Amino acid sequence: MNDACPAGEFALLDVRIGRKAFQAASGQSLEVLRDVAFALKPGEVCTLIGPSGCGKTTMLRIIAGLDRDYEGTLRRPPDGRIGMVFQEPRLLPWRTVVDNVRLVAPHADDAELAALFDTLGLAVHRDHYPGELSLGLARRVALARAFAVKPDLLLLDEPFVSLDDALARRLRDELALLVEGRAITTLLVTHDIDEAVRLADRVVLLSPRPARIVAELPILTPRAARTDDAMASVKATIASRLAGDA
Amino acid sequence: MVRFASLALFVATWFLASWLAGERMLPGPMTVAAALAVEARSGDLFLHLGATLARVVLAFTLAMTVGGAIGYAMGRLPLADRLGDPWLVVLLNLPALVIIVLAYIWGGLTEAAAILAVAVNKVPNAIVVIREGARALDPALDDVARVFALGRWRALRHVVIPQLAPYVAAAARSGLALVWKIVLIVELLGRPNGVGFEIGVAFQLFDVTRILAYALAFVAVILVIELLLVQPFERRVSRWRVRPA
Repeated sequence: MNDACPAGEFALLDVRIGRKAFQAASGQSLEVLRDVAFALKPGEVCTLIGPSGCGKTTMLRIIAGLDRDYEGTLRRPPDGRIGMVFQEPRLLPWRTVVDNVRLVAPHADDAELAALFDTLGLAVHRDHYPGELSLGLARRVALARAFAVKPDLLLLDEPFVSLDDALARRLRDELALLVEGRAITTLLVTHDIDEAVRLADRVVLLSPRPARIVAELPILTPRAARTDDAMASVKATIASRLAGDA
Repeated sequence: MVRFASLALFVATWFLASWLAGERMLPGPMTVAAALAVEARSGDLFLHLGATLARVVLAFTLAMTVGGAIGYAMGRLPLADRLGDPWLVVLLNLPALVIIVLAYIWGGLTEAAAILAVAVNKVPNAIVVIREGARALDPALDDVARVFALGRWRALRHVVIPQLAPYVAAAARSGLALVWKIVLIVELLGRPNGVGFEIGVAFQLFDVTRILAYALAFVAVILVIELLLVQPFERRVSRWRVRPA
């Protein structure tokens, strides 16, 4: 039902999870994901949106290869590089900003790295340690790290959660710029509708746990033209679909 | 400054105690210093200090390497922990003297038996500390290493070892103190040189001056190691921590 890629069309990422469950401390099995299937075309930006705790992070961990204990199949580019931004920045505190990025991207070009740092406003923080950064800055470093590896697949797990609105908005615009400029296949997980409609080519709506796909909405408006007014109706649709199913 | 005053107070107390107890029971600082000078001129001091230091370095390196590897495995793999834990409890509670005597009986009065006996005494201690460090490793950072495909060795070098560094420093500090004390016993029981051998001879002659001279000389060596190696290492691995301005 959710075959986004008709036969013959090349999918960069193809996810078919039949079932994913956790063993709760009480011994009961807790079902998190159920019959979730979708695919991403090369260069496509897809947003998974669903209520908090519906299993979005679990799905991202499966796709990233961090969790292999599930029923289903997953197809990724075999030697593809993954860039991932976790919910927390997860920087190595004993390495400076630039060394954190260099560790995962040892062959990154100096000029390209400098340009990336400029885009994200990190140029003056190159030699700082993560303990000296604010959360907003640390999140930018996490973004820089993910982009520096020139990923074939970019995974973003609520990268702007717990930032204030203005900062989240600015970082989101910076991210939109990077994604747009480099045509990286991107999967963004969020519960923020605004974030979803600003960034995505396609929005996938998930139900509460166990997560299933409720609907898929393509967004055809170019990112630059996505003003509040232009997006109002899409946002309303998403909100009602999410609420209606809950 | 405070350290200096503290040191001066120690020497003064020593003078006073020596005056109360008499030179035979507790020779004063000047007597001990003179004895040290004599031993140093004859070259004996450096011979014995060198022999002891070499044993300390070998036994310490061996124990830290083996103990670190086992401790890391036990901290990371629940199966290794369950398998190793009873052995660890036995080793931890085996008296140093038993290990040394058995090593000499089984291995003969050899250098290898001596160093092995010291290392076996230190290994369980290193295991306990490093295992605690491995248990405290942050799984979130393991995820980062895996997603960005760092590879086993780079992940170990750049993600795991920096997290273990404070535990390694703690094991090294307590280990150095433990190892040199046990080396002395090993030397006393079955080696023809070293600080422990000299102290054994002095014991038979009731020569308190020589006992103190050798003990102090080696404490000085350990202090230098602490100041020149252990503390700079600690400062280096914790330079990223935010210090109050």
